[in-house]
Amino acid sequence: MSDPHDSVFRALADPTRRALFERLCREGERTVGALTVRSGVSQPAVSKHLGVLKQAGLVRDRHQGRETHYSAQLGALAPLIDWTSQMATFWQSRFDRLEDLLKRMDQ
Amino acid sequence: MNIATEALSVVVERELPYPPEKIWRALTQPHLVEEWLMKNDFKPVVDHRFNLRADWGAVDCRVLAVEPNKTLSYTWAAYGLESVVTWTLTQTRAGTHLRMEQSGFRPDQRQAYQGAQHGWPRFLAALEQVLVRLD
Repeated sequence: MSDPHDSVFRALADPTRRALFERLCREGERTVGALTVRSGVSQPAVSKHLGVLKQAGLVRDRHQGRETHYSAQLGALAPLIDWTSQMATFWQSRFDRLEDLLKRMDQ
Repeated sequence: MNIATEALSVVVERELPYPPEKIWRALTQPHLVEEWLMKNDFKPVVDHRFNLRADWGAVDCRVLAVEPNKTLSYTWAAYGLESVVTWTLTQTRAGTHLRMEQSGFRPDQRQAYQGAQHGWPRFLAALEQVLVRLD
């Protein structure tokens, strides 16, 4: 089983998937058909991308009749926020060490 | 200003009382880089692939841009995310303004899909909502 953080990053690293996710954030719940319009890719491709987003927990699907409706799951973005705060802490401490080194270095 | 860059990015900036040339050495000479960052096989050559190694694992990197005493940029792949680290050195009266920016989604990926940019203000707003809830 893969790290849930990995799956969120991988899902959003793809620009088409990221665009689909952003549209769901922006426009609310949408069907696969509606998402295919203006996506620049085929409906099967959109479905495949939505499957990856769903596996990463970034979208949820709801079946109604023959249609599947997708919506964004904002809570799944937590790994991005974790990453940003962890890296901020990491770089602050490395800057401290860099300053320390600069003090010890010759001109 | 590209809003997308801000969505998943870390910026650390400091004023340092040293000339850019000295800081450049600390950022690019492997034995010096090891002292403050990690063990490495860095070379300031575009496309050079290198690793940063620590007890907790390794970071895979590739040099993207080198402009001596001014800019250094490399990819940083770890924890399933390939990000870009960019160092900018700006000479000031008192020394150097050093800026480090790490961006989570690579610029070429953003440019690959023109429509993506329009979504980012909303995406950022969504991120903020999540942040509020996490507090």
